[in-house]
Amino acid sequence: MPLFEAVRLALRTIRAQKLKSFFSLVGVLIGVTFLIAVVSIVQGMNRYMIDRFANTLVGANTFEVRQRPSINMGHTTHETWLAWQRRPRISYDDADFVRERVRTPATFAKFCQDRVSVHYAGKLAKDVDLIGTEDSYFRIRNYEIVSGRAFTAQEVRAALPILVIGHEVAERLLPGVDPIGKEVQIGGLPYRIIGVVAEQGTLFGLSLDKFVVMPFSAQGRRLICPINILDALIVRTDDPVQMQLALAEAEAAMRSRRQLKPGEENNFAFQTAEGALGTWEKISRILFLALPGLVAISLVVGGIVIMNIMLMAVSERTREIGIRKALGARRRDILAQFVVESATLSAAGAVMGIGFGILLAFAVKGLTPLPAAVAPWSVAVGVLLGVTVGIVAGVYPASRASRLDPIVALRAE
Amino acid sequence: MSAIIRIRDLAREYRMGSELILALRGVTLEIHRNEYVAIMGPSGSGKSTMMNVLGCLDTPTAGEYWLNGEEVSRLSDDALARVRNREIGFVFQTFNLLPRATALHNVELPLVYAGVRARERRDRAAAALERVGLAQRMDHRPNELSGGQRQRVAIARALVNQPSILLADEPTGNLDSVTSEEIMEVFAGLHAAGQTVIMVTHEPDIAARAARRIVLRDGQVESDQVNREAAA
Repeated sequence: MPLFEAVRLALRTIRAQKLKSFFSLVGVLIGVTFLIAVVSIVQGMNRYMIDRFANTLVGANTFEVRQRPSINMGHTTHETWLAWQRRPRISYDDADFVRERVRTPATFAKFCQDRVSVHYAGKLAKDVDLIGTEDSYFRIRNYEIVSGRAFTAQEVRAALPILVIGHEVAERLLPGVDPIGKEVQIGGLPYRIIGVVAEQGTLFGLSLDKFVVMPFSAQGRRLICPINILDALIVRTDDPVQMQLALAEAEAAMRSRRQLKPGEENNFAFQTAEGALGTWEKISRILFLALPGLVAISLVVGGIVIMNIMLMAVSERTREIGIRKALGARRRDILAQFVVESATLSAAGAVMGIGFGILLAFAVKGLTPLPAAVAPWSVAVGVLLGVTVGIVAGVYPASRASRLDPIVALRAE
Repeated sequence: MSAIIRIRDLAREYRMGSELILALRGVTLEIHRNEYVAIMGPSGSGKSTMMNVLGCLDTPTAGEYWLNGEEVSRLSDDALARVRNREIGFVFQTFNLLPRATALHNVELPLVYAGVRARERRDRAAAALERVGLAQRMDHRPNELSGGQRQRVAIARALVNQPSILLADEPTGNLDSVTSEEIMEVFAGLHAAGQTVIMVTHEPDIAARAARRIVLRDGQVESDQVNREAAA
């Protein structure tokens, strides 16, 4: 019997006993639903983490030279933390030295940051990040200036008290008003607004627009860093390969400057986008390892259910098998009939599972902040698993059916 | 000669627990094309075994069986299946139709296993149903048909692949007398049209319709006589 016919016969048989067939394929259905939904969610999160999270916080092809890692999503022991605190901080001279020694083409920016409150005309914006940095910062962060302009290198050298503010600060303190030229107070000192940065959006629900940027040399710098001290030197390159080169050069420069002996650990740290992802990658790896395990369990159970249902079916249809053999069905015809029936049943379960999985993924996407992106490969794997489980589960019952003696089978109920 | 079946010293023995049963003990006979033969015998005479061997559902333990020029007593399972498909048309006492398939589908079944394509299958099955007068009931399921109609579907199925022999096992056993009569008329008509018919029965009235009557006892042929009334 050609395959197409066998599948048609299988579908007819399955449709004839819809409820029973549904219960048979439930195990496979659940396994595949799980597969699709979890893969979609994890993939979506992965993409979100890489595109938005890492690149927003640290930037693509960018690294920072710091006293200690700034983004730490893992577990740090108290000892490690104390050790980090004891390290020397990055100084202006450290930054200049590194800048000189790194031959790979890159953009550099000194960087300091702390939380402050910003006052304007009796209004107060709290929890604003005050960033002290150089003119190159805006290029490094790809910040588009929508109003006014960024400050220049000369203005940094002149240590002018000027600010480029974030979208939310503008909205909060000067709604409906042109902020350019207005004066705000931070820590009792006045600053003049010269530019506004384009809206950046949110990250996991937190605003990315609550900041103001000033020249690192400006008078208020003591609010955020001691004199001559930086939180970081930001270095941006053109591509990942160059970033690795620049990082190596920066490390060599810092080690030389700190006079570290070979074998001695760095008493400084590099923060990269990949590093920020570190813990997420651990989590996602665990999820991705656990997932096949859960799917496998579900499918094994599903397969056992199908095998049992098929054994029952063979027993109930013994007479039918006898009739078919009497009319000329060979062993392989009967084997094929039941394996195809089993595989079709299982595949139907997988297809339904794919449907449910996609629905579940979209439900998660709609109801939680978690993003979800259905991965086409998971759909293909789902179908493949469905068919495979069906075939494997069906082989034993089909083999028993095929070996029935027609005379004996014809005498059955 | 046009001997469609030639059996020589056919024997069939099998084990039942510790006993050795000799179901057939050396049967020799010939059946010719277009003969109408009844095989009779009491319970235990070996007539069921005879039918199973003739129908290639079973193989003899000794002897030869030539069916339509082919020696079929030592064939493999697959080869036997092929022979059953091409040469034998079964009609059973309990009809043995697939309950969830239509009459048409039931009749198509031998053609499915013969590898015939769908359209030709439909046409030939429909034609076979016409021959037994059931063209109107093609799309009905067996549970929507009467006993007589079901047996007709079974006969159409048995004929659809143009077998050498029509092998009927108590074909009227589950039918009332009126319907039995109708079915025997169908067999008579098929025989008249050239079909070789072998009927296993224990009813003398049914056996009386056949032109030749073979009686088995204890695994051997007790008598093999031409039925003068029927032959006339």
